[in-house]
Amino acid sequence: APLTASPSAFKVDEPLTPKEAVTTYNNFYEFGVNKEDPSQNAGAFKPTPWSVKVEGMVGKPKEFGLDELMKMQLEERTYRLRCVEGWSMVIPWIGFPLSALLDQVEPLGSAKYVAFETVVRPEEMPGQSGFFQPLSWPYIEGLRLDEARHPLTILAVGLYGETLPNQNGAPIRLVVPWKYGFKSIKSIVKISLVEKQPETTWKNANAREYGFYSNVNPAVDHPRWSQATEQRIGEGGFFGAARRPTLPFNGYADQVASLYSGMDLKANY
Amino acid sequence: MVGIPTLPRRYHSASIWALYGIGLCPAVWYFYLAATGGLGFNPVKEFEHLLGIWALRFIIATLAITPLRDLLGVNWIRYRRALGLLAFYYVLMHFTVYALLDLRLDLGAVGGDIAKRPYITIGFACLLLLIPLAVTSNNWSIRKLQQGWNRLHKLIYLIAAGGAFHYVLAVKSVTFVPFIHVALIALLIAYRPLRRPILSWKRGKPKMAQATR
Repeated sequence: APLTASPSAFKVDEPLTPKEAVTTYNNFYEFGVNKEDPSQNAGAFKPTPWSVKVEGMVGKPKEFGLDELMKMQLEERTYRLRCVEGWSMVIPWIGFPLSALLDQVEPLGSAKYVAFETVVRPEEMPGQSGFFQPLSWPYIEGLRLDEARHPLTILAVGLYGETLPNQNGAPIRLVVPWKYGFKSIKSIVKISLVEKQPETTWKNANAREYGFYSNVNPAVDHPRWSQATEQRIGEGGFFGAARRPTLPFNGYADQVASLYSGMDLKANY
Repeated sequence: MVGIPTLPRRYHSASIWALYGIGLCPAVWYFYLAATGGLGFNPVKEFEHLLGIWALRFIIATLAITPLRDLLGVNWIRYRRALGLLAFYYVLMHFTVYALLDLRLDLGAVGGDIAKRPYITIGFACLLLLIPLAVTSNNWSIRKLQQGWNRLHKLIYLIAAGGAFHYVLAVKSVTFVPFIHVALIALLIAYRPLRRPILSWKRGKPKMAQATR
């Protein structure tokens, strides 16, 4: 459904990735591991009714209904998305800062991290049933509280002027543009404020390859492939596909590098 | 033992040429799809991966010839050279697409990958090891090398294991498709040491109608 949002200053000045690419080239293992699986298998998923529980170390725990979330001050944010696999897109998201939601629940001083959880519905998500399970469910992710409160971090409810397609994480997902895409957890049902660094799905699957931070960093290679360059999806076609250099923090270093001052980014990958 | 009709001898050589033609169809078809926008939004990667998977399939088919003959009495040995060479062609195309279309002939990046990334090191080693096998896949070499030819071509087991390992290391998580390819290669390699006992056990049993030898 069409969605209106106010323009925002957070707008990458690069050509948008075609909507068809954004909605058919997806990693969403709950619907299958191939890029075309989510768009082909997400038809039976029901993004409404929906609610998101926000709990843990907060003054006012609350369950937000989807209507309430859609009434937040929605903005259009055009961000780069860099997948850990070495490809990237530019996507016009619609959403609101995660901090706006966190403010409403009043995190306690003891809260240091935010943990997120995706819905589990094997009957609607074919990747969650069957003999071969690529990951363990629910998909879980996490951020440090200051990362979660950063103005670039949003909860997205739409893209390209419409509500989120199921394959892109309907009805509500996280978007953290300076981290590899898998940090931007989809179809969120629970957000918890916690004291200790939460577990995360890909780190649990392979801690050597996927760290908690997973900031986009061309200088720190994935153990099995280089992160120095990326393929912008939808550019160049078959014969002219040229890889472009990957930027530190996915081009958002000016805004976010200070979050990590003094940290060894090689050790905290 | 099984009712596969035998092909008259006069069609043998035509059927081998047909196999080369059919075997190259996936590469031609996927190339056509990639060039015309039919392979999705990352066609180079997709094409590269499909070529690699087909290379493994031809390796599997090559390794399956002997157990098929031993266990089912189907003698397709005449197709084994074509299957092996097709595997080599697909590995070569897989590497070419990676170097040419994916890395745009950035030889520094290719060299860096081969040196630093175990799965690419293994894959490249398999490509190199396949070269002597491909070069000696002809009757003249078999005559010339005699027993040496058999020893040399045992390298296919190492190459098959390397190819399977390369595949497992390259994917983010081992799902059904990688599993099935790797399992078949493991099974076909594991069959080799079991071959002698199986054959002598079969010989010990009452004679059964065998397909042509």
